[in-house]
Amino acid sequence: MNAPETKERLAALQGMGDSRLRKEDARFIQGKGNYVDDIKMPEMLHMDIVRSPFAHARIKGIDKTEALKVPGVLAVLTADDLKPFKLHWMPTLAGDVAAVLADEKVHFQMQEVAVVIATDRYAAADGVEAVQVDYEELPVVIDPFEALKPDAPVLREDLAGKTEGAHGKRDHHNHIFTWDAGDKAAADAAFDNAAVTVQQHLYYPRVHPCPLETCGCVASFDPVRGELTTYLTSQAPHVVRTVVSLLSGIPESKIRIVSPDIGGGFGNKVGVYPGYVCAIAATIVLGKPVKWIEDRVENISSTAFARDYHMDGEIAATADGRITGLRVNVVADHGAFDACADPTKFPAGLFHICSGSYDIPAAYAQVKGVYTNKAPGGVAYRCSFRVTEAVYLIERLVDVLAQKMNMDKAEIRAKNFIKKEQFPYTSAFGFEYDSGDYQTALDKVLEAVDYKALRAEQAAKRADPSCPTLMGIGLVSFTEVVGAGPSKMCDILGVGMFDSCEIRVHPTGSAIARMGTISTGQAHATTYAQIIATEIGLPSEVIQVEEGDTSTAPYGLGTYGSRSTPVAGAAIAMASRKIHAKARKIAAHLLEVSENDLDWEIDRFNVKGDPSKHKTMKDICWAAYNNVPPGMEMGLEAVHYYDPPNFTYPFGIYLCVVDIDRGTGETQVRRFYALDDCGTRINPMVIEGQIHGGLTEGYAVAMGQQMPFDAQGNLQGNTLMDYFLPTSVETPHWETDHTVTPSPHHPIGAKGVAESPHVGSIPTFTSAVVDAFAHLGVTDMTMPHTSYRVWQQLVKSGVAL
Amino acid sequence: MAKKLISVTVNGRVQDKAVEPRTLLVHFLREELNLTGAHIGCETSHCGACTVDIDGQSVKSCTHLAVQCDGSEVLTVEGLAQAGVLHAVQEGFYKEHGLQCGFCTPGMLMRAYRFLQHNPSPSEEEIRAGMSGNLCRCTGYQNIVKAVQYAAAKLQQTAKEAA
Repeated sequence: MNAPETKERLAALQGMGDSRLRKEDARFIQGKGNYVDDIKMPEMLHMDIVRSPFAHARIKGIDKTEALKVPGVLAVLTADDLKPFKLHWMPTLAGDVAAVLADEKVHFQMQEVAVVIATDRYAAADGVEAVQVDYEELPVVIDPFEALKPDAPVLREDLAGKTEGAHGKRDHHNHIFTWDAGDKAAADAAFDNAAVTVQQHLYYPRVHPCPLETCGCVASFDPVRGELTTYLTSQAPHVVRTVVSLLSGIPESKIRIVSPDIGGGFGNKVGVYPGYVCAIAATIVLGKPVKWIEDRVENISSTAFARDYHMDGEIAATADGRITGLRVNVVADHGAFDACADPTKFPAGLFHICSGSYDIPAAYAQVKGVYTNKAPGGVAYRCSFRVTEAVYLIERLVDVLAQKMNMDKAEIRAKNFIKKEQFPYTSAFGFEYDSGDYQTALDKVLEAVDYKALRAEQAAKRADPSCPTLMGIGLVSFTEVVGAGPSKMCDILGVGMFDSCEIRVHPTGSAIARMGTISTGQAHATTYAQIIATEIGLPSEVIQVEEGDTSTAPYGLGTYGSRSTPVAGAAIAMASRKIHAKARKIAAHLLEVSENDLDWEIDRFNVKGDPSKHKTMKDICWAAYNNVPPGMEMGLEAVHYYDPPNFTYPFGIYLCVVDIDRGTGETQVRRFYALDDCGTRINPMVIEGQIHGGLTEGYAVAMGQQMPFDAQGNLQGNTLMDYFLPTSVETPHWETDHTVTPSPHHPIGAKGVAESPHVGSIPTFTSAVVDAFAHLGVTDMTMPHTSYRVWQQLVKSGVAL
Repeated sequence: MAKKLISVTVNGRVQDKAVEPRTLLVHFLREELNLTGAHIGCETSHCGACTVDIDGQSVKSCTHLAVQCDGSEVLTVEGLAQAGVLHAVQEGFYKEHGLQCGFCTPGMLMRAYRFLQHNPSPSEEEIRAGMSGNLCRCTGYQNIVKAVQYAAAKLQQTAKEAA
């Protein structure tokens, strides 16, 4: 074997591990992307939505007369118009129902009340202004604790008398479910016997994923063929097809859902929203294509929010800081309809990953879901289902324990880590962690930043009363659970959460792969091709990846919860291996040897001991269409539906240094060091980009994002003037690092990466900000850590200048 | 609504069109001229996804009326590449992984294009300030800064070779 030649052949594949540039970019940098709002169809109409100004009100009447006089307006639809089609309510992913258009009353501000369809978007907007709705205001409930009081107003009159919800008993008219995990008796015993206990209340504010592209669709029904095509901003187009079929009665075979280019998702584009349903209803009624594009205010106000968890956590520990027990109690504000996007059996998602990276023998968590007069949602904003909340909880609690015991944050973590040799490790909540090496990662970070020197600097600054800043050091050692998930545990609407890949190899040595996922910026067309390149030895450059079209792609559950690489990535490897196995048979036939006499090498099968006799994969591609072994089918293609045996558990160690101005409360992020372990790395350039993005979204949540409501349920902050999206000026500089601990159960050992930086960075920022005040006895500060809030703490702690 | 005749040069081509006075430039470009590169992200001139170049200035086309452009020269992302050759800012964003979902990219490119003419050799801080009217939710800006640095170096090199 000629070594330099081997290296060249390997490089030519641009397979796994190669930082190949992105295939997607050519169209985006030339203005040739194809997003939903770019789609135009002949005779296309435009839809706009009449929304409620009130958070809770009875609708006494809707007058369409003036709206129908507006030039260009063709129709106004209300709940009454949708009733004959049974489309005025729709099922949610969480087993509840949600109003498509408000039926007799509105439950949150900006709820959809009517839609106007017109010849252009300006006329539709004029029509919206002209619809007269007569409201009678009702008492508003914004606080979930108030909602649970016996005399609280009844929010969901449609559920009157229903004492059983989708997740068990309802014990109050505004109660949705109570779900628990772990062993309460064991946890209680741990607390009874504990030398040390700490408790902390934590509020994780309501935030919005706010992708730069809002939600929208173009729905087109062909009344002659009876076929419905809808271009839609969806992270899960197959699920949407199933929902649309269930709602409309049109067979799935006559529905085509296409997710074209998507301008960011971050969980916001998982759900099925009233706008989509109304546009589909309108195209069926009017027989013409209908476009609906949300504006930014509508996006932030009405399409899926995230978080809004009120958490009480407690830790029990031994006298030397070994954690023995964890108890958690959560009140979850789900808004007016339970439309959380979680696997069916998990109304609080995978929140029970909240024992984190620590070997905690006894743990118990309870989550209570509550209705309030806020928009529905509860999506995983750049995270796996409720994992962000879980990681925030445990990381904050461990910090509080360290403070109480006067131990260093790094030391208490190291003391409680699940050790490398304990993997696979079953947590007290029942998760089987696949692999990890937390201590190595922690040591690497502490050394890289010279942690001892940072602590010494902090001590010196604390000792100097004239120091103009407070210095804080945040440290987090998080574990995520992603890649939902094994169908024995995870389904959506009864469909198991597998994912799929179909690969067709063409005679001249190129290929197309079709997938059940959909990229919203993660570079699937680039990275999926790299997996195939390595597996079957064809260059990634000639491997096309297609996603998002339900008429061509195999059924898949879509892209969210960092599931593309753990689930679809595995499907790619398995489909590739089927092709590889067939190719080996063809090679043996062509070389007239037994399959066992062949060695695979990069892009070819060599005859053992004589590599001069070989067949390249390109040779085999051609032969697959004209010279296969007797009895073998022609062609070279494979489909694989991958049902993962387990989740994957990426982890990371993040460290942040902040300097807080004692005069203004401004927090300067001096340094942020992020070490991620996502198992096998497919494209380091793409991984680094994903980490930068996730860290920046984490920075946004920790330092500025929130959705504040006044007592009347008005959302005070639904434009980009008020809702914080960091610019290039505020965004810190990110330092990245990695270790590689492959997943033992994944075909290529990959764990998923895009969400770790969001999940891990948020508690790191809080850890750093609180650490700046730790010597003053502060254990918690509620996000977002804006200058004003931090300044208030400076005043309260008596250190404001 | 009575329409008004305007004459605008877009990417070097004169466009004589009748538009409603209230038509936003971004809708005129996207719907009348089928130039869908400029995107709408916020309608309040915060996100910059709709940024185009008008008479030598970066303008957010979602808060600018088409009639205001009567007699103007407009350049959009579709007009950046010349004779099939990418502009240095386009090349920079590609080479430095300065984009992910691509939605903010046309606006970023148009802003970078103008910014580098105002400041051909910017520091990182100047780039961050100069690009701060354009939001990106995916990249965290670090690679966008690198992309602009790449373009600055390439443009300077080209200028040097020309001189």
